[in-house]
Amino acid sequence: MNWANSEAFWAMGGYGLYVWGSFGVVAIGLVAEVLMARRASRQIWRNLRDEVSDNQAP
Amino acid sequence: MNKVALRSAPPAPSMGQTLWALLTRDLKVAARRQSDLATVVFFFGVVAALFPLAIGPEMGTLRLIGPGILWVAALLAAMLSMGRLFSADYADGSLEQLLLSATPLPFLVAAKIAAHWLLSGLPLVILSPLLALQFDLPGEAVKILMLTLLVGTLSLSLVGAVGAALTLGLRSSELLLSLLVLPLYIPTLVFGAGAVQAEMSGLGAQGHVSLLMAVLMLALFLCPWAAASALKIALE
Amino acid sequence: MVLPWFQYAAPQRFYGLAGRLYPFCFVLAALLGAVGLYMGFFVAPTDAQQGEAYRIIFIHVPASWMSMVIYCAMAFWSALGLGFKTRISGLMAQALAPTGALFCFLSLWTGALWGKPMWGTWWVWDARLTSELILLFLYAGYMALTRAIDDPQRRDQAGALVALVGVINVPIIYFSVKWWNTLHQGSSVSMTQAPSMAHTMLWAMLGVTLACWAYAVGMALYRVRGLILQREHDTGWVQALAQSQAKSLNQENPAESGAGA
Repeated sequence: MNWANSEAFWAMGGYGLYVWGSFGVVAIGLVAEVLMARRASRQIWRNLRDEVSDNQAP
Repeated sequence: MNKVALRSAPPAPSMGQTLWALLTRDLKVAARRQSDLATVVFFFGVVAALFPLAIGPEMGTLRLIGPGILWVAALLAAMLSMGRLFSADYADGSLEQLLLSATPLPFLVAAKIAAHWLLSGLPLVILSPLLALQFDLPGEAVKILMLTLLVGTLSLSLVGAVGAALTLGLRSSELLLSLLVLPLYIPTLVFGAGAVQAEMSGLGAQGHVSLLMAVLMLALFLCPWAAASALKIALE
Repeated sequence: MVLPWFQYAAPQRFYGLAGRLYPFCFVLAALLGAVGLYMGFFVAPTDAQQGEAYRIIFIHVPASWMSMVIYCAMAFWSALGLGFKTRISGLMAQALAPTGALFCFLSLWTGALWGKPMWGTWWVWDARLTSELILLFLYAGYMALTRAIDDPQRRDQAGALVALVGVINVPIIYFSVKWWNTLHQGSSVSMTQAPSMAHTMLWAMLGVTLACWAYAVGMALYRVRGLILQREHDTGWVQALAQSQAKSLNQENPAESGAGA
């Protein structure tokens, strides 16, 4: 174990801004990508359902 | 009843004649619209003149950054003119005729690139010593500048042709073309501007110039073929 | 021996395969990521020279590697598509691109945040970071071009050509930037001067790298399913799929069932 307590962990020896700025943006980026991909998928399904119902409508 | 004299068809033109005809035709068409040449020359001149105005008249600084600025200005001028390579022929349908021709498409593309370079690359080479005066570049450096621009603008035209073919007829094709082609331009820029700086710092430009030539050789072999493939993709 | 794999060139088959695989990829990514990050933060010792800030490499290096690996994967699928004329290949390349671009951006961002405490500047014109920036432009160009073309066949082929031209140029660009960097003797900073690695550091980095790889594969498989549905939207199997989905939605919300008619 490297850290005496949780404050030391967040402080990262004074470099907390840089370390957590890095990992934080990575986390945000990954979450954003997943959300955007899911939104794109939902849009595709919506378009497909519209197309199918258009085909069925007389 | 008139007898129609039957004659055998005239011999098909050789490949060399076809290519020469295409080149001269492109030059003639461009001669009617001098604005293209004027735009290239104007842009190069203006950008090179704006930098000293933005940076300050200290000659020592300008001498230091001159090679880089001149090269970037030339690169941008070349890049901005690339869109015109195929667009006019695409618009009036003659590009499709070229695809149907018996002559292999890469050679036809090379001829078009040659014509385009004569009108957008060569003028930069000719204008460069004049602009180099603004940055007080020494004589040897100006010679290297002209040499690197000569070799470099050829590479830029070749690489740009691939981008022009890929973005044919697309929305915001100019922007797309620039985005596609900019990363590919960077080796030429690095070696070209670097050669002039090496000459000025006494290290000698041979290494850079050889690398520039290597890039040109690679581009000569690959780009006409890649641009031809891209044209077929765009037009089918 | 190769033949059984060719069945997956059919979009419907690949759709099913991708659907079964991607959840496993994400689970694997989460597990490997947890292990790697645990080792990176709680097991790997503090670096003598760089203090705690060096821990950024546990995400910076994997992100850089992935941005390169994904670009090569895109080139691979592009070559496959141009060679075998398979539709799936083009779609896989397009599915990989956003994740690759993200890793490329993260590599630059974490590189800047690592550079600032270490060398005092947010940006260093070192060969690797500069090449990474140019790679981001290559990704941006690919994505912009594929989004600008409406015709699917032209999109696949043009994208494939761009990816292949790009992949040929990556070593040339890297070499030219390295040349440029070493000749200008200005700064001697280099991202390649990683701290001499303790074993635990290497293992942590490996763990996070494999996690990123699993994530990228999962993301690409998830995305390609949507691209397949779009591309094959007028085929029987997709229409049937959409119909059954619409029906199940109507069963959940009877009040909305009048929308289609």
